[in-house]
This record gives sequence, C-alpha cells and structure tokens, in this order.
Amino acid sequence: MGEVIVITSGKGGVGKTTATANIGTALAALGHKVVMVDTDIGLRNLDVVLGLENRIVYDIVDVTHGNCRLKQALIKDKRFEGLHLLPAAQTKDKTAVNPEQMRELCSELAKQFDYVIIDCPAGIEQGFKNAIAGAEKAIVVTTPEVSAVRDADRIIGLLESAELRDPKLIVNRIRPLMVKKGDMMSMDDIIDILAVNVLGIVPEDEMIVVTTNKGEPAVLDNYSRAGQAYRNMARRITGEEIPLMDLEADTGFMNKLKKLIGFK
Amino acid sequence: MLEFLLRVFGKNSSSSKNVAKERLRLVLVHDRADVSPQLLEELKEDLIKVISNYMEIDESALEVNLDTSDNMVALVANIPVIRMKRTAKRSEKIG
Ligand SMILES: Nc1ncnc2c1ncn2[C@@H]1O[C@H](COP(=O)(O)OP(=O)(O)OP(=O)(O)O)[C@@H](O)[C@H]1O
Ligand SMILES: [Mg+2]
Repeated sequence: MGEVIVITSGKGGVGKTTATANIGTALAALGHKVVMVDTDIGLRNLDVVLGLENRIVYDIVDVTHGNCRLKQALIKDKRFEGLHLLPAAQTKDKTAVNPEQMRELCSELAKQFDYVIIDCPAGIEQGFKNAIAGAEKAIVVTTPEVSAVRDADRIIGLLESAELRDPKLIVNRIRPLMVKKGDMMSMDDIIDILAVNVLGIVPEDEMIVVTTNKGEPAVLDNYSRAGQAYRNMARRITGEEIPLMDLEADTGFMNKLKKLIGFK
Repeated sequence: MLEFLLRVFGKNSSSSKNVAKERLRLVLVHDRADVSPQLLEELKEDLIKVISNYMEIDESALEVNLDTSDNMVALVANIPVIRMKRTAKRSEKIG
C-alpha cells in the first residue's frame, strides 16, 4: 500500500502546486511510483507546472463520475518511468467531487503507487475537505509572512480535527539576507509559533520562475537551490535523514562574489 | 544614530521580524481561543472538581468564557458559591 500525502496551506499562492510538482518528480527520480493528483477543480494548474497540459484527455471528475476508467485519465510523464498525473477538471466546480469519492479514489491509487501526492486548493471549504478526505499524512506550506503563518495555524487545527495528526511544515520563499537583517521571520521563529515538525525550507529562487515557465520542475535543475531543497524533502519522505539546508551560506560575501563572477 | 547602528547589526527588538512575531502571537491567541467550545466544557468540569473541594457551588449557573479584547485574552469565570466548606478536603485534591 502506498502513502497518501496531501499538500495544503490555507492561504493561496504560497507554493502548494510548486511543492507538489517538485516533490512528486523528485520521488519518481528516486525510482518510486508516484501519482500527483490535482484537486484544484476549476483552477487546474499542476498540469502546466509539469508541462503536461497538452496531453489531458480525461480528468478527476470523469473518473469519479465513471465517464472513464482510472487508467485512462492518468497521464504518464515521459521524463520518469514511475511519474503520473491525475489532472483536475477545468470547467466544473469543487462540488463536482465529494469526500467519499475522494476516499475511494485515493485508496484505489494507493494500491497502484508508492506515493499519492495531492495538490490541495487554497481555502478551507469543499475543495480542502475533498483534498484531505483520502489522505493519511499532511504537508503544510507557508511563507514567512504573518498572514500565511496564521492560515497555516488554522489549517493545522482543521487537519487535527480531521484526524490528520503531526503534519510536516514547508517554509517556502525564505530570503536569507532579510532573515539575517531581522526583517523576515526565520524557520525557527515559525516553528516556535506553530509547534510542528519541519519537512524542509525553500529559499526564494528565480529558478522556480524560469523552470515553471518551461514546464520543468526545479528539481530537474542541478543548480537550483529550491530544487535542491525539494530533492532533500523527497528523501526525507522516504525516511532518510537529511540535514536542513544552510541558507545562511548563500548570504556570505564569497558566495555573492562567486555569483557576481558567474560561479554557482 | 543608535537605532541606525542597531539596525545595521540586526539586533534591535523593533526589527520588523519581531513585530511580525508579536502580531502573530496575539492573533493566534484569538484564533485558537475561538475554535473549541468542547475545550471550554472540559475546563469547566475540571474547575468544578477543584472548587468543590473548597466550597459548594451552583454548577448549573457556572459560566466560563474567554474574553478577548484588543491586546489580551482573559479567562473569565462566574461561579456562584452556595456555601463554604468548613475544612477544605485537601486530601481529595486532584492530581
Ligand atoms: N521558492 C520560490 N521562489 C520563487 N517563486 C516561487 C517559489 N515558490 C513558489 N513560487 C511562485 O509563487 C507562485 C505561486 O506558487 P504556486 O502556484 O505553487 O502556489 P499555490 O499555493 O499552489 O497557489 P494556489 O493557492 O493558487 O493554488 C508561482 O508563480 C510560483 O512560481
Ligand atoms: Mg495551486
């Protein structure tokens, strides 16, 4: 039986879809069978982040309504043998699927894959309830901002009341220089407030924009720091102990000098 | 000037990160206090147990609430006492 993990946040735009694409791809690169499920019905995104938008025929609503078989709706990513996407429907709304159907779908997927990674929509309504219904573990994404951390706290409370305990946190878009200057909360500050365990920290990284433009997750780019962060997270998910990245090292003088003269 | 220096060394307590942390702390006290009537109910029961060691109270009229104002949250209890017990039954203290 595979593991069903939902990636959620409360606040929108903090990096759930980016995290799903990167963690899913990194797990597949490690040789696991992975399916990523886009549950953001009506606002389908994961397909374009992965560069698979031209290959969609059926979607999650077609599957839950029995318009096609599960296998027909799964898109195989050509980059990695075990990597698959189940896309969201774009023209329906969130009520097109219910939690009971999601539970069934997830348990079916868990039979076929090592990891089922669910990309949750923003908010705490129906879409959120659907996304977490079939999950047994949760990852909460936040950024170092008051509003995002507040929403993460709310989500952690809701996950707990849905019996999804001990969620793991991703702190995304950290800017080490600002943290150093005391103008941005650090990972420790946020952990202190939310009292949860960390899955990983991700620096603000232009390569995320570049790789997303191309439809290639940042984990495929060996020079991307964010990509490195997500590769580490994938290995932590499989049970390896990988120390957190030292983002401070990026702010040193030598490092900036190296960057300036074109070394990575 | 001093403030400028502190800024440069990133150690002053009014750095925007500390402002963010303090605001979060407060907003989360409010948010979390909001969530669970069940927790208040449990607290109420525990309170009754403890106080009954010392005095007889009107359990049906007992009120426990979290009062939130701008910058603090207070636990406000209104517990009508029917009569005091002559000797507190300390041996029965819970815990
Ligand atoms: N570490 C990062 N560095 C730079 N940009 C980032 C980083 N992480 C995410 N982004 C950018 O932030 C934007 C929002 O990311 P994403 O779509 O993954 O968020 P989301 O939580 O899925 O949003 P929604 O709530 O709308 O589903 C994207 O443009 C993405 O490229
Ligand atoms: Mg998204």
